[in-house]
Amino acid sequence: MAENLIKPENLVYKKSGIMTDRVLHYCPGCGHGTAHRILAEVIEELGIQNETIGVAPVGCSVLAYYYFDVDMQEAAHGRAPAVATGIKRVMPEKYVFTYQGDGDLAAIGTAETIHACNRGENILIVFVNNGIYGMTGGQMAPTTLIGMKSSTSPFGRDIKTMGSPIKMTELVAQLPGTYYVTRQAVHKPANVRKAKKALKKALEYQKLNKGTCFVEIVSNCPSNWKMTPVQSNEWMEENMFPYYPLGDIKLPQDENKK
Amino acid sequence: MKELRLMKGNEALAEAAIRAGADAYFGYPITPQSEVIEYLMAARTEDRTGMIVLQAESEIAAINMVYGAAGCGKRAFTSSSSPGISLKQEGISYIAGAELPCVIVNVVRGGPGLGTIQPSQSDYFQSVKGGGHGDYKLIVLAPATVQESVDYMKLAFELAFKYRNPVMIQSDGIIGQMMEKVELFEQMPRLEPDYEWATTGKKPGKPSTIVTSLQLESEEQEKVNHRLQAKYREVEKNEVRYEQFHCEDAEYLFTAFGSSARITRKAMEMAREKGIKVGLLRPQTLYPFPSKAFYDLADQLKGILCVEMNAGQMIEDVRLSVNGKTRVEHFGRFGGVIPNPDEILKAFEQKIIGG
Repeated sequence: MAENLIKPENLVYKKSGIMTDRVLHYCPGCGHGTAHRILAEVIEELGIQNETIGVAPVGCSVLAYYYFDVDMQEAAHGRAPAVATGIKRVMPEKYVFTYQGDGDLAAIGTAETIHACNRGENILIVFVNNGIYGMTGGQMAPTTLIGMKSSTSPFGRDIKTMGSPIKMTELVAQLPGTYYVTRQAVHKPANVRKAKKALKKALEYQKLNKGTCFVEIVSNCPSNWKMTPVQSNEWMEENMFPYYPLGDIKLPQDENKK
Repeated sequence: MKELRLMKGNEALAEAAIRAGADAYFGYPITPQSEVIEYLMAARTEDRTGMIVLQAESEIAAINMVYGAAGCGKRAFTSSSSPGISLKQEGISYIAGAELPCVIVNVVRGGPGLGTIQPSQSDYFQSVKGGGHGDYKLIVLAPATVQESVDYMKLAFELAFKYRNPVMIQSDGIIGQMMEKVELFEQMPRLEPDYEWATTGKKPGKPSTIVTSLQLESEEQEKVNHRLQAKYREVEKNEVRYEQFHCEDAEYLFTAFGSSARITRKAMEMAREKGIKVGLLRPQTLYPFPSKAFYDLADQLKGILCVEMNAGQMIEDVRLSVNGKTRVEHFGRFGGVIPNPDEILKAFEQKIIGG
């Protein structure tokens, strides 16, 4: 029966050709898989597979280079924007992106992030923010919410001793070097479509050489938040989105005028 | 046509990099090497050869920019001085692990810590024995003159690409800051090679290229280490460079590298005038170390004085090389103090002849 259904004319969804066949190592319900897929689809739709060089971070997406079928470099923890700078400066005609988590981008790599954005490197920075260190097993991230429990803030994040969650996206939006800064999510179909559109715009803008494009994706971590995927998405909507509101933060100046 | 110029060591080295066809420089200012980036910026390299020069936000960022550019198969380099080189160690380990070619210049100043801005050789261990984490080796070239700074810049890129390995030029505050006559080689073209290991955009029909130093499976990581070790054995076989003076009839030996070799050479000449049969062996490559040269000479020697601007670092390799066949003593000034030939000769007479 099922075999009769597998026909090209019945196909409604297909894995992007830019995604390899390798089995994703991400936990069930994690947003990384969707974020990967839409970035891969955008690369495919723009027809830039052979013109794209990606930079993987250290964190859950450390093995991103196994999943994207494009040339990629694995950077040291936090250094992806510096590595991407090195790539873009010697290969200015290529599309260069980094894919980083919150620990990588907003803690150890803060300087690299801010200065790459401040120089206006013509790269795309994809920032997946789930408010926790996933790969190392649920430690507090710079973006962990106030009062949120993690293995290194077992009684909740306390502002007095641990500081407040950092809003990197608002921060880089203030820098003249950034061209397009937006915050998205991938937990619902409508959000996935918006996030994909944002990634597409960001890569298209790279051709203009107008500066850094920065796309944050607020995401979940069912494993380390210790929730089911559905619970984690609800918790994200209730807790993460108020602090990290979705939407465009900086639009290209000419678009602002419209 | 070759060109003669009077140049400061750091500037000559920068000029040599442009002429060697370098594609990119990423650096951060620190005394006593800031002339490298200053010279490159003033040289308008983008107009001259298309070479990229970028002042990074930190030494850490600079070495990671080198990683990115080197990963694209480009001739990239960075320079710094001791405290800055310490900051680069993470990146250097990753570059060694990912087997990328690049050149790192260390114009050494005295340490530890912020130390002094005066010349020193106290980063020998850091350059030769590791510095960063993991089992890796840098090819380490030690110029003793401004001319060698120029020549080694070219050689460093050649070796880096021959072995896909980071190469360090270990200069110091003396060589970096002093002016000497140099013969510059002709401008070489910037290359447009397409290395299969470089990320230059996926080729249709071929698998994508990945630059990484990560292997989650222990067995795979062991294989990587075996491959690296095999490469280092090749380097040890092929790339040992050293210079000998008056070693044929020598009963005693001085050894020193870089600027202390220049001063020690004077001490050797003074000893020779006194009728003492002493030679000088100057390693030009600190890794690979000229172990065999020391071992072969050891039988005819009554003792070796190792002169360094540090508390005794290269002496460990000299002792390992001669394997107990002759006595090896150390004389050093450090913390930015430069020894003079008289005190070297005195130390030699006390520690080696009288010892």
